Amino acid sequence: MSSLPNASQLDKSGRRIVVDPVTRIEGHMRCEVNVDANNVITNAVSTGTMWRGLEVILKGRDPRDAWAFVERICGVCTGTHALTSVRAVEDALGIQIPYNAHLIRNLMDKTLQVHDHIVHFYHLHALDWVNPVNALKADPKATSALQQAVSPAHAKSSPGYFRDVQTRLKKFVESGQLGLFANGYWDNPAYKLPPEADLMAVAHYLEALDLQKDIVKIHTIFGGKNPHPNYMVGGVACAINLDDVGAAGAPVNMVSLNFVLDRIHEAREFTKNVYLPDVLAVAGIYKDWLYGGGLAGHNLLSYGTFTKVPYDKSSDLLPAGAIVGGNWDEVLPVDVRDPQEIQEFVSHSWYTYADETKGLHPWDGVTEPKFELGPNTKGSRTNIQELDEAHKYSWIKAPRWRGHAMEVGPLARYIIAYASGREYVKEQVDRSLAAFNQSTGLALGLKQFLPSTLGRTLARALECELAVDSMLDDWQALVGNIKAGDRATANVEKWDPSTWPKEAKGVGINEAPRGALGHWIRIKDGKIENYQAIVPTTWNGTPRDHLGNIGAYEAALLNTRMERPDEPVEILRTLHSFDPCLACSTHVMSPDGQELTRVKVR
Amino acid sequence: MTGSSPNILILGIGNLLWADEGFGVRCVELLNARYRFPDGVRLMDGGTQGIYLVQHVQQADCLIVFDAVDYGLPPGTLKIVRDDEVPKFMGAKRMSLHQTGFQDVLALAEFTGAYPRELLLVGVQPAELEDFGGSLREPVRAQLEPALAIALAYLAERGILPEHREDCAEQLAPEQLALGRYEAERPAEELAYRHGDIRFIPQPGRGDD
Repeated sequence: MSSLPNASQLDKSGRRIVVDPVTRIEGHMRCEVNVDANNVITNAVSTGTMWRGLEVILKGRDPRDAWAFVERICGVCTGTHALTSVRAVEDALGIQIPYNAHLIRNLMDKTLQVHDHIVHFYHLHALDWVNPVNALKADPKATSALQQAVSPAHAKSSPGYFRDVQTRLKKFVESGQLGLFANGYWDNPAYKLPPEADLMAVAHYLEALDLQKDIVKIHTIFGGKNPHPNYMVGGVACAINLDDVGAAGAPVNMVSLNFVLDRIHEAREFTKNVYLPDVLAVAGIYKDWLYGGGLAGHNLLSYGTFTKVPYDKSSDLLPAGAIVGGNWDEVLPVDVRDPQEIQEFVSHSWYTYADETKGLHPWDGVTEPKFELGPNTKGSRTNIQELDEAHKYSWIKAPRWRGHAMEVGPLARYIIAYASGREYVKEQVDRSLAAFNQSTGLALGLKQFLPSTLGRTLARALECELAVDSMLDDWQALVGNIKAGDRATANVEKWDPSTWPKEAKGVGINEAPRGALGHWIRIKDGKIENYQAIVPTTWNGTPRDHLGNIGAYEAALLNTRMERPDEPVEILRTLHSFDPCLACSTHVMSPDGQELTRVKVR
Repeated sequence: MTGSSPNILILGIGNLLWADEGFGVRCVELLNARYRFPDGVRLMDGGTQGIYLVQHVQQADCLIVFDAVDYGLPPGTLKIVRDDEVPKFMGAKRMSLHQTGFQDVLALAEFTGAYPRELLLVGVQPAELEDFGGSLREPVRAQLEPALAIALAYLAERGILPEHREDCAEQLAPEQLALGRYEAERPAEELAYRHGDIRFIPQPGRGDD
């Protein structure tokens, strides 16, 4: 593991490559890198190019309403924000939710996680590894044999099935509507899968599309509808009545609970028979792709998630903690309330503080925009050709934990869980590394394998497996608790604002698909006084700080060799492995969001 | 469509937090509040769900979409596009603000072989998009009724005649997001910074270049 460079040590003498916008992500992001004579990245600059304004629209509103607004800030993590918001309000007002509500929220949260991870891999990330055009050359028979070798338990594996998929793909490509696949660099030698593996992956792209539409129906059962399921301060927005036989809109009954169970089983089968084997197969072929670790080899943060026993964080299936300096022997405790731990800095962000060498805890957070460009910027204010990263250069703030830039997300959760000795996670990780070493003939250790672009993508798949497995436990616990006579789904004792203190503050935390998410709220006279969110992409996409600490995206791109600098396949691979979602970390608006990525080499 | 029950999806898309971007969602909100549609006609507030809407598109024989679309026309202009023209109009530069553009959703549906037989896009040219937390501007608000009329006439051509509601409809979105409350409770201008990124939307007269 190399040491983590400071911004002052980065070499920006080589050619500058600008990728704007970075495609297949939510929101608007730009990336600039310098490459040396061997096309190895020596400096990376990632910037959120849009201003965020989430907090300001909540000011003065009823705290019980906030979840519905935050559910709309992003098209991807709707329920994650809603859940975190109701937790923040409950924390401020001292509300504890009933056990049924705890379990139902777990099921909804894990549904979102599973849905998000599967869609991310197949519909946003796979095209960094899979070449759909190459799939047209595949032999359906050989593809069938490959499928049976990779995953003997998967039913869809006949030559006829793959022939049909190939025919459909051919028709689609020939229609000229490349739409979905238009942004690819399909003749770039960075693509290494044999045609059969490409065809198998295209088939799974379609299967994943089918699967995702079914798993989200769990949100409709418990949240009333999808998209945009309902959440509620004090519990969940559904009633339970096992004797009921009504249809849509009726209380949750045994028919709907069995429906949920069927969806969990489907998602489990897909994860174990398709998703995980695919990730391992891709990893085996791209075995050289141990780039992209960056900050993951050093600093990692998780707030912990999937709490088994209500309000007992020690029962988190993926525990909270921080790792600093790559020391997996010590997982440090994290306190999201401590003003000295989590702070946001703005010295390189387009905001201003009175003293920009100091960070602010989110309860005291200030969001005052200040757009100015450094003296070495190339281009004009409205048409930036090259950013000056020594100055302010991003609409993302720079959050730090005890002064350290931290990576968050599935890989952070997995390394922290592994280092904390979680048995389920250890078994998964050890099993995957053994499979990787066996298929590649390598003998890598965990610290070489996990902190990498491949490791990040693998951790997401493993987490999907943990989520679907533990959903079965949640389901059993829920049915058991209801059958024991408990029908409560909400605690409304403090629903009425007359029961609230004049002033209160709280924090809601969660581990969103992309990483640690926190909402900090201050309530005054029954209204929202201040609302600050630090979202996962703020952590990972952070600009530098006044001490030159670099963030996860920038660190992960360093030392990667590009096949063709004007075709940013490698940059996209690593950035997509984080599943960037800038809609809530920065402004959502993107007038040219549909434009093909421009890549400029200077 | 005689003999068989219809299979129509009326979809409002866009982000209601972004001023005129809320047009599509407000259209279906109004339709839902006023009318009771026959079985087989679904109304949906699709928000900015992008790819997650694909199953709903796949299931529909006929798809009606309301959206704010930048056609480069004067603010508030309604533009009606049908069938094969729809993906084109939703994909070009400066068309949709959703990152997984609706064009991708249509392309995905087509790839899977489940594509609506008929499409109608009722698009409005937005006047203001950069006002986060804001609501519809007048020229766009004035097009709500004409947009509904176009959709209702299109439905009538297909034999679909919704009944006027006497009762209160089950809402598509939580009540705090309904147009009236959303606007009434919005923070005052001086409390909420409401300007966008000048590099993308230069604002003459504010001293930005």
